[in-house]
Amino acid sequence: MPLTDSLRDDILASVPSLRAFAISLSGNGDRADDLVQETLLRAIANIDSFQPGSNLPAWLFTILRNLFRSDYRKRRREVEDAEGNYAKTLKTQPAQNAHLEFEEFRVALEKLPQDQREALILVGASGFSYEDAAAICGCAVGTIKSRVNRARSKLSALLYVDGADDFGPDNTVRAVIGGNGG
Amino acid sequence: MKEVKKQGGLNAEIQSRIGHQLRAMYDDVVRQGVPDRFADLIRKLDGPEAAAEIAKKDGGE
Repeated sequence: MPLTDSLRDDILASVPSLRAFAISLSGNGDRADDLVQETLLRAIANIDSFQPGSNLPAWLFTILRNLFRSDYRKRRREVEDAEGNYAKTLKTQPAQNAHLEFEEFRVALEKLPQDQREALILVGASGFSYEDAAAICGCAVGTIKSRVNRARSKLSALLYVDGADDFGPDNTVRAVIGGNGG
Repeated sequence: MKEVKKQGGLNAEIQSRIGHQLRAMYDDVVRQGVPDRFADLIRKLDGPEAAAEIAKKDGGE
């Protein structure tokens, strides 16, 4: 469809969530904004292929996600220790001196495999349905669901406990009973 | 079945904390609104050709 003023407004209205998605994916503000800029340019350059009435945010997120993935592959070849650099960026960021927990969360999120991270962000933060998230990632709905579940388990293991079994009084009770009985 | 039980029962509280943290991190960025550079960019582009032009230039550098 042509680039009408209202479409322009709608694209602009998606920018805050596109940035949030890009930062959550890449963990790096500057790079995220470059990704958003490239997404906007690609979107407008290909605006003719956008179906009026279809989900504009989902369309824009798809473009950003694909750009990120091709960019990521390129960079991984260039910079072998990207992960280490990322960790440094996080530590030197002049955060508002506030949430250590918040930083830990970002670090843990970055440790997830990319497939799981993007699925979790799309469903858990961007608020897309499983169906939309599946369309954005080009996979089946069931795949998205299992990626989200795995992402959640992994995060809880990284952040809180090493495994469900370490948690709660049940094991202690069971051990005591077992010990007495055994 | 075991997996499902684990996640549903024991981790319910943890899962809700993870959900909160994820959204807090995300919404923190959303609340920053639209930076001027993007508002200017979109205003400047009068059509697909202009966007393609800039994209090409950026890519070539």
